[in-house]
Amino acid sequence: MTATLLIEQLLNGLQFGTMLFLMAAGLTLVFGVMGLINLAHGSLYMVGAFAAATAAAATGNFLFALVAALAAAALAGALMEMLVLRRLYRRDHLDQVLATFALILIFSEGTRWVFGSFPLYLDVPKALAGTVRIGSLSYPAYRLAIIVIGVTTAIGLWALINRTRLGVQIRAGEADREMIAALGIDIARLYTIVFALGAALAGLAGALIGPIQSVQVGMGEPVLIMAFVVVVIGGIGSIKGALAGAILVGVTDTLGRFLLPVLLGTVMEPSAATAVGSALASMSIYILMALILVWRPTGLMGS
Amino acid sequence: MKRILTTAALAAILAASTATAAPLKVGFISTLSGGGAGLGIDARDGFLLALKQAGDAGSEITVITEDDQQKPEIGVQLADKMIQSDKVDILTGIIFSNIALAVVPAAVKQDKFYLSVNAGPSQLAGKGCDPNYFNVAYQNDNQHEAMGEYSNTLGYKNAFILAPNYPAGKDSLNGFKRFYKGELAGENYVKLGQTDFAAEIAQIKASGADSVFFFLPGGMGISFIKQFSNAGTGLPMMGPGFSFDQDVLPAVGDAALGAHNAAQWSPDLDNPANKAFVEAFEAEYKRLPSVYASQGYDTALLILSAQAKADIADHDAYHAALKAADFPTVRGSFRFGNNQHPIQNFYAREVVKRDDGVVTNKIVGTAFEDHVDAYAAECPMK
Repeated sequence: MTATLLIEQLLNGLQFGTMLFLMAAGLTLVFGVMGLINLAHGSLYMVGAFAAATAAAATGNFLFALVAALAAAALAGALMEMLVLRRLYRRDHLDQVLATFALILIFSEGTRWVFGSFPLYLDVPKALAGTVRIGSLSYPAYRLAIIVIGVTTAIGLWALINRTRLGVQIRAGEADREMIAALGIDIARLYTIVFALGAALAGLAGALIGPIQSVQVGMGEPVLIMAFVVVVIGGIGSIKGALAGAILVGVTDTLGRFLLPVLLGTVMEPSAATAVGSALASMSIYILMALILVWRPTGLMGS
Repeated sequence: MKRILTTAALAAILAASTATAAPLKVGFISTLSGGGAGLGIDARDGFLLALKQAGDAGSEITVITEDDQQKPEIGVQLADKMIQSDKVDILTGIIFSNIALAVVPAAVKQDKFYLSVNAGPSQLAGKGCDPNYFNVAYQNDNQHEAMGEYSNTLGYKNAFILAPNYPAGKDSLNGFKRFYKGELAGENYVKLGQTDFAAEIAQIKASGADSVFFFLPGGMGISFIKQFSNAGTGLPMMGPGFSFDQDVLPAVGDAALGAHNAAQWSPDLDNPANKAFVEAFEAEYKRLPSVYASQGYDTALLILSAQAKADIADHDAYHAALKAADFPTVRGSFRFGNNQHPIQNFYAREVVKRDDGVVTNKIVGTAFEDHVDAYAAECPMK
């Protein structure tokens, strides 16, 4: 094992982490502000990827595809909030889970109805194909771009919440929703905006991941589970926590997959080390979550 | 009045056709929703195409289609319903081995025939073989074995091999290793359902491998092919046929060009039955058939051939008619071995781009002739 390989794996972990952040940010925002558990967040990720694939196939322009994904996911999110979720804020979490699970099924079969059962084609844009040399390391340019976009989005989101009027309303909504309603802020509109913002972030994640993964029905659910782990680790409702949790989960998962079989190989025979190592690696983020919850029951930045 | 006349005429036609052969009810349980739906839909479309082409003989066969949602417990419920309330004579259609293992043993015990369009778990090929169970596709290890054999011809000496950490993944790598003669640069099991392979690709790059063999079903394979070609390793890819089939290739495009894979069928396999099948499938469904479609088609042809020879009421005669496998297979040649699994050729295929821009497979060699699966000897049937 060389230093180059380790650095490459750290970059991979960082890239995975930034993608998880885009998913987890929307989830934690919606939970923090509205107290809503949205299982259908993965469907918005899928909407983003399908919109990007369709727009890219029609225009051949990846930037346009990204814009289409953001718009489609935000629109789907706003409609979802206005038509269904609005009725669920006062209900308990079990009702919300049931209703948003139904939304997953509706989105999945609806997508199949429109796009068919076969995965769609979406490729890395020409400008970002191939690899970039960093010292002795050659790293895929597209993955670097995902890191850059993810970090930029994180900064933008921080500025939005801490430096703008909308951000003040969002933070106030988290703290005391009756009070801001009493102050004359249209809470229904605020909720729709927050939900659409979270949805757009999920759509962006889907569109960014589409070119390197499979654009297919049901692609959102595995990511959703990871995003929930991130939200719990980071502390429910905290954007900063989501960022820290996402990077931690991304790096732990990547390094676990890579290092555990190697480390176990020093104490047992190779085939057993591969089997045990890969089994442990798939559990690593859940072990991490359990340890963090023992240490801080409300998550890293939860209150 | 006119309506009564047509109804009477229809009834007469129906009566006439049932007089020649007993009507047959087939239960088709397959994965038609969720991430694995593409495979089930292709198998079903192939199956129904063969019945449609058969005309009157096909219309005597009633097909009840149900979706198992890729869940074994749903598969079992559907099979119970089809056997007890729909009274089907034959069950077929299951794509995934874990569902087949849940459904098949109980179904064959109730003296229903089960014809597998895809799943071929080793348990049902060896000691667990059964006279009522026929596999019309392959035994699960076969495509991996064939690729292992052909990798020697390609001259690979240091392959990195990769599969998901579940029974079929382990069978895959064991099947490959059974025939591959070179060294292994590495062997890696990933989590089932994993879609980011950056960590594994970095390891492959660092391992000094001269090639990579992988079995990653469905979306996992699509993700891997895209990411691997983007990582700029330049290493050749190979896998079983279903990792590079018509459900995968349109989604990965040029990223898969040049990859080798092995299967018992290919759209360009040169025989008249296959040419007619590929043309008819494209005309009917506006897409190229996949290996699953070819297996569904052959399964329907097998039922039609048995139907022409025997009456389902006579179980032994019908069994003999199925076992004879006297149908015009799209694979060129096909017969059943002692465990009622196929003895057939396996071809090495290469992913190419046709002149019209469609990415598909081309046969470049033969990996095995009349290949018998590794478990046949353990089956007590003769």
